[in-house]
Amino acid sequence: MTIELTQAFFVDEGVSFSLSQLTLHSGLSEDEVHALVDSGAFSPADPAASFWRFSAHCVIVARNARRVRDEFALTDAHSLAVVLRLLQRIEALERALR
Amino acid sequence: MKFKDYYAILGVDRNATAEEIKAQYRKLARKYHPDVSKEKDAEEKFKEVGEAYETLKDAEKRAAYDQLGRHATGEEFQPPPDWGQAFGGASTSFEDIDLADLFAGLAGRRGRAANAPIPGRDFEAQVAISFEQAFHGAEIELNLSEIEFGEDGTMRRVPRQLKVRIPRGVVDGQVLRIPGKGGKGQRGGPDGDLYLDIAVRPHPLYRSEGLDLFITLPLLPWEAILGTSVQLPTPAGRVALKVPAGTRAGQRLRLSGRGLARADGPAGHLYALVEIVVPTHVSDAERALLQQLADQSTFNPRAHYEGN
Repeated sequence: MTIELTQAFFVDEGVSFSLSQLTLHSGLSEDEVHALVDSGAFSPADPAASFWRFSAHCVIVARNARRVRDEFALTDAHSLAVVLRLLQRIEALERALR
Repeated sequence: MKFKDYYAILGVDRNATAEEIKAQYRKLARKYHPDVSKEKDAEEKFKEVGEAYETLKDAEKRAAYDQLGRHATGEEFQPPPDWGQAFGGASTSFEDIDLADLFAGLAGRRGRAANAPIPGRDFEAQVAISFEQAFHGAEIELNLSEIEFGEDGTMRRVPRQLKVRIPRGVVDGQVLRIPGKGGKGQRGGPDGDLYLDIAVRPHPLYRSEGLDLFITLPLLPWEAILGTSVQLPTPAGRVALKVPAGTRAGQRLRLSGRGLARADGPAGHLYALVEIVVPTHVSDAERALLQQLADQSTFNPRAHYEGN
């Protein structure tokens, strides 16, 4: 059996996502995306634009946020943004210790 | 498939309200979540609790679960006839799947118009690669196991092999994306993507921080004082590194552009971190020479103590 060779891409290469695509790929609601953008967890390419575009890196952060939301059964977007921010800081500190 | 008692796993009564189930899950999540728990087997317990909550938090899935009847944990069972049609339109054919797959399969299949396109699910896989593979790029084979739906709603778990080209310059913790290699879309919906969470196995010599690499450079005291040239291993081969006279412990010597690098992209540097090492045993002749140095040297490394 021949197995097709597939290229893997860095997530910041070449593609961008609309708000609705970001919600589709991450499983977050639009409200939650807005709260995460407000908290600085990630940012659209041009926050002043009428239609936001997000890099694929934002999809990774948003997917992680959805995982955290589900795993801790968080119900409000603000709490989610705070928890995500704290987890990002813990991760950065742990990386610095290694 | 084997039965699991989700109510017992969460420690709630079968008549528990949705609020009670959520409260109990939150309590267990705080106890066992791998990000916060140091308990043994926490990750395994958290997965079990998460699987139970995933089904019981959703009224429709919970009703579907209750319709499976009561069985002992670990007992082999099959969903009753017509169970699939009653919940989410799946057929009665369930091949090689487990209880979690059964309920995961219900997600995304409800609340859509009969002919509306269903996008394929995004998949995630954890991949560990060697330091050399991260530095040079590599082709790796992945063996995945995925749930697949037939057009008739048949649900089955199928093995899938993929050969993936990992680009060079991947760092530990990076996520790579393979468009269109997630779950198959249905009724004209787009295929999902596959995300790879990359772990780079530690290397005995190099430590990485983003694209930069660090290597310890042990020097003898006289090499540090007089300066020297050393053959330094780099991931691309050995290079001659000139160590200037008067090099101190803790100094970093930079080899520009010799870190991890992406094709046509940014390149990191390789830093040699100087460490001064002393021999544990010295011969009489060495001791005599060192004593001669000690007698003649006027250098005082503790001069700044004076007056304090």
